[in-house]
Amino acid sequence: MTQQLASTPPPRPRRVLPTGEREQQVLDRIERARRRRPKLREERITMSHGAGGKATHTLIEAIFLDAFRNPLLEPLEDAARLPMNGAGEAGGAAAVALTTDSFVVSPLFFPGGNIGDLAVNGTVNDLAVAGATPLYLSAGFILEEGFPIADLTRIAESMRDAADAAGVAVVTGDTKVVERGKADGCYINTAGVGTVAAGVDLGVANARPGDKVLVSGPIGDHGVTIMLARGELDIEADVESDTAPLAELVAGLLGAVPGVRALRDATRGGVATILNEVAKAADVGVLIAENAIPVRDQVRGAAELLGIDPLYVACEGRLVAVVDGDQAAQALAALRAHPLGAQAAIIGEVTAEPVGLVTIKTAFGGTRIVDLLVGDPLPRIC
Amino acid sequence: MRFVDEFRDADKAHALAARIAALCEPGRQYKLMEVCGGHTHTIYKHGLEDYLPECITLVHGPGCPVCVIPMGRVDDAIHLASQPDVVMTSFGDMMRVPGSNGAFFDANARGTTIKMVYSPLDSLKIAKANPDKRVVFMAIGFETTAPSTAMTVLRARAQGIKNFSVFCNHVTIIPAIKAILDSPDLRLDGFIGPGHVSTVIGCRPYEFIARSYGKPVVVAGFEPLDILQSIYMLMLQLHEGRSEVENQYSRVVPWNGNPVALKAIGETMELRPYFEWRGLGFISHSALKMRGAYADFDAELLFEVPGVRVADPKACQCGEVLKGVLKPWECKVFGTACTPETPIGTCMVSPEGACAAYYNYGRLSRQRVPEAISIEPSRP
Amino acid sequence: MCLGIPGEVIEFLPEQPDLARVDVSGVRRVINVGLLTDEPPKPGEWVLIHVGFALSKIDEAEAAAALEFLEGIGQAYEDELAALRDSRIE
Repeated sequence: MTQQLASTPPPRPRRVLPTGEREQQVLDRIERARRRRPKLREERITMSHGAGGKATHTLIEAIFLDAFRNPLLEPLEDAARLPMNGAGEAGGAAAVALTTDSFVVSPLFFPGGNIGDLAVNGTVNDLAVAGATPLYLSAGFILEEGFPIADLTRIAESMRDAADAAGVAVVTGDTKVVERGKADGCYINTAGVGTVAAGVDLGVANARPGDKVLVSGPIGDHGVTIMLARGELDIEADVESDTAPLAELVAGLLGAVPGVRALRDATRGGVATILNEVAKAADVGVLIAENAIPVRDQVRGAAELLGIDPLYVACEGRLVAVVDGDQAAQALAALRAHPLGAQAAIIGEVTAEPVGLVTIKTAFGGTRIVDLLVGDPLPRIC
Repeated sequence: MRFVDEFRDADKAHALAARIAALCEPGRQYKLMEVCGGHTHTIYKHGLEDYLPECITLVHGPGCPVCVIPMGRVDDAIHLASQPDVVMTSFGDMMRVPGSNGAFFDANARGTTIKMVYSPLDSLKIAKANPDKRVVFMAIGFETTAPSTAMTVLRARAQGIKNFSVFCNHVTIIPAIKAILDSPDLRLDGFIGPGHVSTVIGCRPYEFIARSYGKPVVVAGFEPLDILQSIYMLMLQLHEGRSEVENQYSRVVPWNGNPVALKAIGETMELRPYFEWRGLGFISHSALKMRGAYADFDAELLFEVPGVRVADPKACQCGEVLKGVLKPWECKVFGTACTPETPIGTCMVSPEGACAAYYNYGRLSRQRVPEAISIEPSRP
Repeated sequence: MCLGIPGEVIEFLPEQPDLARVDVSGVRRVINVGLLTDEPPKPGEWVLIHVGFALSKIDEAEAAAALEFLEGIGQAYEDELAALRDSRIE
């Protein structure tokens, strides 16, 4: 019987692969699809576009990058590094760093600070993690008709105190008023300039396999504080925002450790978003260990209660550092030497594979992916 | 965290993995279905499959109440939310589920007010604070959540709240399991039973699975060790030739369920003659609606609801994924046309959907632990 | 939607017998315990919380038994590993 079958030309067989191979083919196909430029499909802005995750990235690439395309904008780091006339001369800075941030947090006042603190510290920190010494801020206010002047005074005084603590000056500004019902009380935009010394070249694209990833302290404090302060969830807890200026902490780190590849402050989108930016920009993998990530008990409790992951929750006074693996111990010591870095930890490492993916070894021992979220469970956090 | 951390212990996981591997008959393949979307989520979130030998496949079931909502019902909800003075309240999971014309998020961009709430009770707060608005709660969920909706309605009546109603999409789990059991496409060896549904309905309703279909059922908790232990208990039953209902989640699930909860449901709701489940078609007596005595809380009576049946997009294979016939990555559009940002179907957009869980967490070549790889079932 | 989390009952709200304050890892929330009227929880007892309601009481004896079983498995595993290690020495 078999002899007969062998003599007739068999029909072209479909390759039946074992399940593992089939699955791998699908995974490869998905990776190729992910590398294609994402298209903006919506006609209107939705809350997802403000979350700092995939929708935000797609919006930025499709609209803003497209409109403003220039090499200084392309790296999409927290601050732009601008070459200046006179750069490189003795005593001169190599470049100026410029950044801007808008603050739409609701509520305006919360445990640990208010929108004013965020407005100063947020911009100071974006400069600091570019390796710049923050110098000057601008402050633009959009105020709602009917907003109490007493509240505005409190905010302004907080900004003054925060600026003093950070060693910067607010040197120019603007004020607009809109009708009742808009601007939710008060929106603030701050822009900041600082100087970057020669030889400082921080950027997530610098990461390479063997590097270690550190955080400067417990994650998720700010986002959880805001969420609870909204009062909609009837949850009480003893958490406060971690808003703080990080310039000193950064200076200490950069001074002690020459091998710092990148710094980011973990705001909207949390630590997970930054790690994904590293993986994507540098074409590497990032592997972190759940057990190594510092999280306050209460932040963990609130996150479990609401079904959200602290890795995606915003901080306002924490940085993520990618450093040369050989210098990780010094980096940790340098961070811990400063009060704002007292609970710093090494949470993971940069790997060659899987390219572009962030993975986590869970406390349970299994491994899974940490992807960018599309939207944000906690809107209007900062 | 108490009652959580102890059930995430990695060392005990290794021990269970070895036991599970030892129970595998050489050459035999095992297919175990976890019914509940919450279990699917835990499995992928903690990388639980790393602890299982290759001969055990976990098949994802239809127990994701968001996933089974047909597009037409999403359209109906948006239609409700678009009525004058309506504030709709909804759990977060529903906000991005696509209807024919976008999801709740998109509807909000066009002007509706659909607010995310954590509890149905939050709807009452909003109703009391906004007497000029009509608050409609988008009620979803299996028997786990139905008692909460019921209690909210009872509370609303007791407090004389007149501007609150419910758009009821509660579904019941047993008909879904029965649809799976009767499906000719599947050959399952056992069921990891839903944990939180069982706190309400108890463990008895699953007895027909063991008795009439001869498949073991273990009602499981939601921590990774709970699920791993339940798999161990299933494998033990299979090894010993038993088919029974067992309760691994006994610290939370009472064998007889929660009579107070069942009474609250019974008081306020009744079974619909039939209901459409996305991917599974029309199933009789599988969903709840408000009873006549509570008509003034029934959004479907207070408002005109179009009720148009919308077919799933042609490319969508959610139905087969929900039944466990296809693994997420086996769907033709998985990860390419259908992603979390651009979902075609509900399985990709619900946090408990199998596709979302696999895409967000599990999209990796497996790195099995040593105990799961070396299977020489020498010891019984 | 299956999200249920264990929390410890701290106290009942004075005029509202249906409402209790629970603690989850230092985070406190008021939840409705109306589904547990057959066996109301006492402060110090633990409940399973789902969308603002207590669905069930956590039976500490059963929890302890579950953990004991897992410990036992863990211990037996350790013993076997040790036996395996020892046997290699020969």
